Amino acid sequence: MTETRTVRLRPPRNPVERRAVTWWATRALAVTAAAAAVLAVLALLIGPLRPWLVAALVLVVVGGVAYAVAVPRIRYQVHRWEVTLEAVYARRGWFFQQWRIAPMSRIQTVDTVRGPLEQRFRLSTVTVTTASAKGPVRIDGLDHERAEELVRKLTAVTQATDGDAT
Amino acid sequence: MSGEWQRLDRRTLWLTAIYLLGLVVVAGVPTALLLLQGGVAAWLVSLVVGGGGLVLVTHGVLIDYVRWWYTEYRITAERVERRFTFVFRTHKSVPRERVRTVDINATIVHRLLGLASVRIGTGQQDMFGKVSITFDPLAREVGEALRAELPHKEDEGPEVELARLDRRWIRYAPVAITTPALGAGAFGLVMQLSEWFNVQVAVVDLIRDLFRELPLIPLLGVIVAIGLVLGAIGSLGLWVELWWDFRLSRQSGNLLVRRGLLTRRSLTLEERRLRGVEVVEPLGARLAGGARLDAVASGFTVSIDERRNDPRTLLPVAPRRLAHRVAAEILREPVVPTEAAALTPHPPAARRRRLLWAVGAAVGFALVLAVLGLLLVEALLHLAWISAVVLTPAAVWIALDAYRALGHGINGEYLVARRGSVRRSTVALRRDGIIGWVVTSSPLQRRAGLVTLTATTAANHGGYRIPDAGEAQALALADAAVPDLVAPFLDADQGAGVAPRQAARQPTP
Repeated sequence: MTETRTVRLRPPRNPVERRAVTWWATRALAVTAAAAAVLAVLALLIGPLRPWLVAALVLVVVGGVAYAVAVPRIRYQVHRWEVTLEAVYARRGWFFQQWRIAPMSRIQTVDTVRGPLEQRFRLSTVTVTTASAKGPVRIDGLDHERAEELVRKLTAVTQATDGDAT
Repeated sequence: MSGEWQRLDRRTLWLTAIYLLGLVVVAGVPTALLLLQGGVAAWLVSLVVGGGGLVLVTHGVLIDYVRWWYTEYRITAERVERRFTFVFRTHKSVPRERVRTVDINATIVHRLLGLASVRIGTGQQDMFGKVSITFDPLAREVGEALRAELPHKEDEGPEVELARLDRRWIRYAPVAITTPALGAGAFGLVMQLSEWFNVQVAVVDLIRDLFRELPLIPLLGVIVAIGLVLGAIGSLGLWVELWWDFRLSRQSGNLLVRRGLLTRRSLTLEERRLRGVEVVEPLGARLAGGARLDAVASGFTVSIDERRNDPRTLLPVAPRRLAHRVAAEILREPVVPTEAAALTPHPPAARRRRLLWAVGAAVGFALVLAVLGLLLVEALLHLAWISAVVLTPAAVWIALDAYRALGHGINGEYLVARRGSVRRSTVALRRDGIIGWVVTSSPLQRRAGLVTLTATTAANHGGYRIPDAGEAQALALADAAVPDLVAPFLDADQGAGVAPRQAARQPTP
């Protein structure tokens, strides 16, 4: 294990859909709005605590909007995926970043999830699991059709191989 | 193994009755005392508590009778089945070839009645964790027969003993984490009991009178010392209960662990399921030269039903050399992978990170105390500087110790990784048991060129972490451990930019 040169993981080949940025931002704004609404109602109802609650409200709104503006853009740069004949390879995160590699031969299940918000943006999340509780590879921000195609491909390849090391 | 449907052991009714009686006594006596103290008439108390207890026991036994009557099991040539048909029906069925572990547990009550609880575990997972079937209770002989019969066998052979209890190992019991925990628990118990009997103030006064001569700080010292002595006595007792008559052996492709004084436990683990071993050295044991062995194997019911003492332990804390030797025997390796591997240390940046955390935590704690001291009580200010003076060197020592522990390497068929100070762990994981990789990094790690590598596996908690390895180091290790998996995703250019920027420039197919 000599370090004669810099070895690093190269980014996976495929980016996620551009509209995932809008989806992530919308999701962040929705969470912010819900939290802000709760705080606003409380501020209206509880007189003595009003200054504190208003301060918290301002903090939540400013923080939430800043997150919604900045983080989805970073995510778009980080979130990438790739499927080869041997493995599934994906990168995600923004603050903590994760690179995950799962060999084709060890894949157990392939799931697709479309949340209500994802539906509106025609996006899907594909989760590939192995026998390890720590091993699932999640790829989000995929186009509906692209995701289905991916699932078909993965299912075909994994059925051809056996042995999942349980 | 007749293949006919049959019931669990009828003596389950006694078992339930004895348990519930115990519960009635434990819960009923303090309640009765409390009521009597509250001025409730004695006849009323005995009616409520006694009557309540009677109702509880009879109903419990009745319910257990129903459970017993309508629960049936059978073991055929192909399957292990259990069914319950009353109002609703459940039917659980496991193919015999899927049976991985057979656990026999017998509490003191089980043993008095000649019974045992048998849990049959499979390597499969469903939504609720790993699948298992429990038969509670069976006659002890029936349980033993199941254990001999059920797990998948490779060949019949004589039982070979790998390790047995050496009573001198008890010297590691008082330095376990159970000592301070039980000591604190003892004080809590005294306070709780004195509250029930309404004499808490009297107890505190008694203690103060007893040590009237002593100023506060020595008094605290005395109290801590008493707690530690009580805790040590408790730890010794617990050790005897858990590890009495411990034996580890191998028979026809299975590992067998038998142990316990009052509650006898036995565990059968199929060797095929073994993915490696973990040598665990809790701080106290490590300073005393001891180490423990845990199995790295799939098929354990880890997520649900976690017991007080983890069933993964294959060897209690024993002299370190012996632990390593037993590890090699368990793995059927001539050399000890956990010991022989020359582990590669991690970059100095990992030491900086640990020192930063340690000093940050110690100073942060002192700061919180100081701020509280300024706002509330002056005494906290003194506590703040005392804790800063005491905790900072301790934290720095732990940080340096933790850095020294960090190391990884490959030894034959095993990936070996060591880490931790308070709980030092050296894991030898079979390379063919690795089913994927996760590389994580925080912004600070990225600046320092470090990553955390996780080898995922079907065993235990799903993966083993190698924290704060150099990026190139970690990738070289991953590449060497599982050939051809990582290599296609590597880039070997010099001084590449920050990953996200580079990503944006990649062409897309």
